[in-house]
Amino acid sequence: MSLRIVVTVKYVPDATGDRHFADDLTVDRDGVDGLLSELDEYAVEQALRIAEAADAAEVTVLTIGPEDAKDALRKALSMGADKAVHVEDEELHGTDAIGTSLVLAKAIEKAGYDLVISGMASTDGAMGVVPALLAERLGVPQATLLSEVSVEDGTVKGRRDGDAASERLQARLPAVVSVTDQSGEARYPSFKGIMAAKKKPVESWDLADLEIDTEEVGLGGASTTVEAAAERPARAAGTIVRDEGEGGKQLAEFLASQKFI
Amino acid sequence: MAEVLVYVDHVDGAVRKPTLELLTLARRIGEPVAVALGGGAADTAATLAEHGTVKVLTHDAAEYAEYLVVPKVDALQVAYERVSPAAVLVPSSAEGKEIAARLALRIGSGIITDAIDLEAGDEGPVATQSVFAASFVTKSRVSKGTPVITVKPNSAAVEAAPAAGTVEALAVSFSEKATGTKITGRTARESTGRPELTEAAIVLSGGRGVGGAENFALIETLADSLGAAVGASRAAVDAGWYPHTNQVGQTGKSVSPQLYIASGISGAIQHRAGMQTSKTIVAINKDAEAPIFDLVDYGVVGDLFEVVPQLTEEIKARKG
Ligand SMILES: Cc1cc2nc3c(=O)[nH]c(=O)nc-3n(C[C@H](O)[C@H](O)[C@H](O)COP(=O)(O)OP(=O)(O)OC[C@H]3O[C@@H](n4cnc5c(N)ncnc54)[C@H](O)[C@@H]3O)c2cc1C
Ligand SMILES: Nc1ncnc2c1ncn2[C@@H]1O[C@H](COP(=O)(O)O)[C@@H](O)[C@H]1O
Repeated sequence: MSLRIVVTVKYVPDATGDRHFADDLTVDRDGVDGLLSELDEYAVEQALRIAEAADAAEVTVLTIGPEDAKDALRKALSMGADKAVHVEDEELHGTDAIGTSLVLAKAIEKAGYDLVISGMASTDGAMGVVPALLAERLGVPQATLLSEVSVEDGTVKGRRDGDAASERLQARLPAVVSVTDQSGEARYPSFKGIMAAKKKPVESWDLADLEIDTEEVGLGGASTTVEAAAERPARAAGTIVRDEGEGGKQLAEFLASQKFI
Repeated sequence: MAEVLVYVDHVDGAVRKPTLELLTLARRIGEPVAVALGGGAADTAATLAEHGTVKVLTHDAAEYAEYLVVPKVDALQVAYERVSPAAVLVPSSAEGKEIAARLALRIGSGIITDAIDLEAGDEGPVATQSVFAASFVTKSRVSKGTPVITVKPNSAAVEAAPAAGTVEALAVSFSEKATGTKITGRTARESTGRPELTEAAIVLSGGRGVGGAENFALIETLADSLGAAVGASRAAVDAGWYPHTNQVGQTGKSVSPQLYIASGISGAIQHRAGMQTSKTIVAINKDAEAPIFDLVDYGVVGDLFEVVPQLTEEIKARKG
């Protein structure tokens, strides 16, 4: 039996661009270039490594997002994933984490899975809750925030580094895993990979395909409301001195004036 | 008065500071009822009572230490059903966010994570969040079900407010799902004796400019003269110079101390994401064009190997 791995990947606005909110207080996805969330590259990488170590495996990358989100899927396919699923529906605009987890869970079930791998957090919303929500919805174990992961004989094992301790975890498949940026550098797509990706299948599903009621998603279905968003006022320009032998002393003077020493 | 459920982060009964901050915020919304789980749970009561907790619901079982996250969700849900609170507040640690999210899903609520402030509002608590690498501030509300909100460390002052803090035992029977992910081993982190990064009033971070693991002693010595915690940029962590648990930024800790001093750090957006809300920001960098200087209250353009030791000496001299 082939190991079926589904990787959830998000298409996000470039963090180095000028990110803003749209008039409806959702993330403005038009003003800034988008890309495959860097933190989801680690998820794709671990999926590929687990697939390579298995006798037989198939890696499906899954995204929920607008038309352009196909770019994220292409990138993952060119890294080596086998096929892609794009969930796209106008009604999805403004969906929050709870709604996103519903749509992802339905799509994962429809695609069929033994293992779900997610990133540690999206680089735009940065909540870091979708993997736990997926495990809750799918009714399978969550082995999240792993900095080291492997699969053997139907069991996923890994290392989770917490504040107080580093823990070793173990769960039977099917399971939901999320991986951190400490899990191992993601590979760059090769030229061959990029060419091959163009021929790989990308399926498009909408809410009807997933039998999801439009009222459960989108801005209307969201269980949280953003009431206001304001740009943080620029910090007042500070004092900058050039060290000409007294820099440390000058800094001490400043710290003393602020009562830190 | 409405009750507010507060999830307690504690180590063997010692309540961590972010939970006490949470109690300050909880009191703005209602009467805090705490949930403390695991070894030493009942020992939290005295501290919690001093900070306004009217009731402490406790439960201990081996499952909390042996299985990941879900046993705690089961217990919090039992507490939720018993109290019917106006809101559920959880400290914003990685685990806290996962517990909160699963609870929210089970009770049909929305969830807000990483709030930096909380106020009572006509339609329920309003949470302030800092987003897009702290370049925007938003105000949000949970619009469905009982609000479940996680709050970052350093979001409020710890305040004394004596209350009853009556201990009551919770009766929890775990779901089948609770034992899905087994914790097969645990290596406790060695204590450095320095303050916790996210809780410290002063944080000193070093970056690629520090140039090597051995040179971090320079940063540590300065930190010790100020009673500060030590952080590092991802470049320094990836180079193996400093532990990942000390990384500041998007994929590390976010800190919001009274004073943040960055040495040999350029100030990339992902680093700023974790320190931009610090009260006073200082940078030492030999490149006058480094983006970190856009954030500083005070910046020294210079070689950190000159400036840091001189600063340390000067502090020692002043302290006598
Ligand atoms: C998805 C993602 C997540 C990330 N998460 C994080 C994160 O959590 N935290 C984080 O920090 N980064 C993170 N990064 C990386 C980030 O983009 C930067 O690469 C990193 O912050 C750079 O670290 P640095 O400033 O130490 O190194 P550099 O950018 O190389 O800067 C070193 C600085 O040191 C100065 N310097 C050198 N020698 C001296 C000297 N002798 N005296 C004084 N100054 C000197 C130089 O002028 C330079 O400005 C992330 C990146 C991505 C893509
Ligand atoms: N729209 C989406 N499409 C696919 N995967 C997603 C989406 N949103 C979140 N995820 C996955 O969930 C992880 C955590 O996201 P978050 O909880 O939003 O920080 C990400 O790293 C992705 O793997």
